[in-house]
Amino acid sequence: MTGSWDVVIVGAGIVGAACAFECVSRGMRTAVVEANGIGGGATAAGMGHIVVMDDSSAQLALTHYSQTLWQQVSAVLPANVEYEQCGTLWVATDDEEMQEVHRKREVYAAAGVATEILDGRMLADTEPQLRRPLAGALLVPSDAVLYPPCAAGYLMAEARRHGAQFYRRKVRSAHSGKVRLDDGTQLHSKRIVIASGADACELVAGLPIKKRKGHLVITDRYPGFVRHQLVELGYLKSAHSSTADSVAFNVQPRKTGQLLIGSSRQYGAEDAAANQHTVAAMTARAQWYLPKIGELSAIRVWTGFRAATPDKLPLIGHWPEDDSLFLATGHEGLGITTSLGTARILVDTLEGAEPSIPGAPYLPGRFAGSVVRA
Amino acid sequence: MPEPASLHLLVNDVPITVSRGTTVASAILIAGIPTRQSVSGEARGPLCGMGICFECRATIDGVRHQRSCQVLCAEEMEVRTS
Amino acid sequence: MTEHFDILVVGAGPAGIAAAVTAAATGERVGLVDDNPAAGGQIWRSGAAQSTAARTWLERLAASPVARFQGWRVVDSPSRCVLRAEGNRVCRDLGYEQLVLATGARERFLPFPGWTLPNVMGAGGLDAMVRGGLPIAGKRVVVAGTGPLLLAVAAHLAHRGARIVAICEQASLGRFLPFFASLLGEPVKVMQGIEYALSTFGSKIYTGCWPVAVSGQEKLETVTLRRGGRQWEERCDYLACGFHLVPNLELPALMGCRIDNGFVVVDDRQQSSIAGIFCAGEPTGIGGVEIALLEGEIAGLAAAGKLDAANKLALRRRRRFGFVRALTAVTELDPRLKQFVTDSTLVCRCEDVSFARIREHASWREAKLHTRCGMGPCQGRVCGAAAEFLLGWDAGSILSSVRPPIYPVLVSSLGDPDKLVYEGNSLAPAGGLTPKETE
Repeated sequence: MTGSWDVVIVGAGIVGAACAFECVSRGMRTAVVEANGIGGGATAAGMGHIVVMDDSSAQLALTHYSQTLWQQVSAVLPANVEYEQCGTLWVATDDEEMQEVHRKREVYAAAGVATEILDGRMLADTEPQLRRPLAGALLVPSDAVLYPPCAAGYLMAEARRHGAQFYRRKVRSAHSGKVRLDDGTQLHSKRIVIASGADACELVAGLPIKKRKGHLVITDRYPGFVRHQLVELGYLKSAHSSTADSVAFNVQPRKTGQLLIGSSRQYGAEDAAANQHTVAAMTARAQWYLPKIGELSAIRVWTGFRAATPDKLPLIGHWPEDDSLFLATGHEGLGITTSLGTARILVDTLEGAEPSIPGAPYLPGRFAGSVVRA
Repeated sequence: MPEPASLHLLVNDVPITVSRGTTVASAILIAGIPTRQSVSGEARGPLCGMGICFECRATIDGVRHQRSCQVLCAEEMEVRTS
Repeated sequence: MTEHFDILVVGAGPAGIAAAVTAAATGERVGLVDDNPAAGGQIWRSGAAQSTAARTWLERLAASPVARFQGWRVVDSPSRCVLRAEGNRVCRDLGYEQLVLATGARERFLPFPGWTLPNVMGAGGLDAMVRGGLPIAGKRVVVAGTGPLLLAVAAHLAHRGARIVAICEQASLGRFLPFFASLLGEPVKVMQGIEYALSTFGSKIYTGCWPVAVSGQEKLETVTLRRGGRQWEERCDYLACGFHLVPNLELPALMGCRIDNGFVVVDDRQQSSIAGIFCAGEPTGIGGVEIALLEGEIAGLAAAGKLDAANKLALRRRRRFGFVRALTAVTELDPRLKQFVTDSTLVCRCEDVSFARIREHASWREAKLHTRCGMGPCQGRVCGAAAEFLLGWDAGSILSSVRPPIYPVLVSSLGDPDKLVYEGNSLAPAGGLTPKETE
């Protein structure tokens, strides 16, 4: 069997689904291939936060752009996507971290992201479960949370409703304008988009992507225990340490009233089983910030693998090793946040149009010459 | 001194008396109310009686989400259902 | 501090009690963990007339040096030869050389319209509630479903003054009586009980019959029953309804024991596929009290290294109960039971997910992800078995997603109880997992 397409997308996690939605909305004949159901992989394992982050100006630009897109689409998202604009509180434990809060506020302001500074008393008022005293926090009211598998489900459903074709198959190979499926089907296209997350390396040799394992815990329902997503300011140190295993405090309320407790980062761990010590460290840290969280009932613990690049920015655009290959992967912990922005930038690239934010920092070609050969 | 055969506890602020050895789940049913409300608002009661189904979850002495079918009533216990 | 045992037994039903008592009698240091307030499991639950065997074994247990952890639930195995158990708001780690898993079975629930109304319970469920103090005298009760519990429950409730309105067994009469007698133990006594029950209830026992719907305002008021072409309603206060038993496999699965055809694979000495881990009773095949006791003794002896004695008992077991031990409960269920689930019938009670929403998906895994069925606190114990029967989804895939904790635990129990203090507990920056030993 053979088919010819304007674009073939490999992977139907949140990024692949967002790309499918965007391609279809621009009139492209779109095929999507996914072996394991929609919204799996890191999409299924992650927290579902939409958060503006400022590790680099390129990261700030992409997360802000994409967060705005989510805000625009939020009104039409179905209920099961559970979109909730709860905001993020970056929590400061001492004066040094409070200085960081002020610095961050300025950086966000320059980018047009509204924030508020809370002192220790205001923070205690708005989040009574946090330990006292704390120095204060930066509130980012436009940040949000959602339930990722259903968000990906919505995007794919819309894409299919507008003509996208879905192949529930494993991809054997994807290069030189041909995607071969495990049942012998061949899909031809001048544009193949690899959006398969941490597994992208299986299809494209030399991708600068490493798996970064994370753990999460979900509790039973405790509505109102926390109201905002809570993140410690050290989160960025953890996320952007390139080698060390680490945990960083990050708790998120779901619309259901359940709490998601994270976060952890480990390289070189291929085993999907939860690591006892990591979970212990992660929950100990959560108990330090939220002393009563230890008394809550934890229903499940699970792991996932983020796709991490050396410079903490995703790969969006043409892969120089192959005329037909494009990438939309390497999003580390910001896949949900930047999925919509990634899709826009990618499809702008496919059409030869100028993206709304500069696309250069995310071009896969930035790693050309340092490509790792198998 | 032998333990009293009856216990007195509060279920949603209503005093009830039960025999020693009664589980909190049974006490809630004796009080004539459901043990919990489901996530879509349905009234629910115990199903399995052995700590598997979680329909009997109640708040006991301030601690939420306890499987009341596996907790024995105690004197002056305070039980709340959602 | 981790407490260490030569032999740790999980589950204080007949099999676990027999294993613990037998092992302790050889001089081994034995611990017994069970999540109920009192020993006895389900079939020997306290609070009512107990059989001679129950009284005898419970007395032997009380007199034995077995270290008791009653009211503790095993949730994880955080390291080799260690189990973590959670009790009343605390957790502790228990170390062992040999492990005996006697985790028993639970009822299978099948959804039907109205099954979530209060006062609809399992057959064992209502029995447990009555033993736990629920008054039943004068109440109208319909007992329905299938399996050995129905008659036993009906007889017990009637003994306590309940008015048994009907006993509805979905299987045929021929299968019904002798099989169920053997599962309850003490077959002669049970047959007498059944004869008593038949003579008492006689006309109210319907075979080939099942509940198709339940209705009521805020709780159960009426059950609709069907038998062949006839359908009728019964008013009642309680519906005791369960469809046979499903083994509790989560802990054996977590420990890596090989599971085949829905049961733990063991050799003649109850040794599982993992050296040093034994399994006895219902998780190796639904067989009832007598065989559970024997298997418990065999496991206790084998775990204590008394192989000759274990072999002798194994021989006795084989002679009495034959080679084929396992009975897959699913084959006992009439496929017509699938018909009365409607689109709006809830399958997942924790997350209120209807049958229609679940069957949109191709697999249990995808259904979980997109509807959150099976993601609630019961961790799929109630809805998983139902989905397996209704949609033919592979039970193996349901089991392969078993991960610790195998029951909900306190967030604090996910830590290392008293061993490590993480630098993050004091004002240290994120970035390092720098644990400090406290001892």
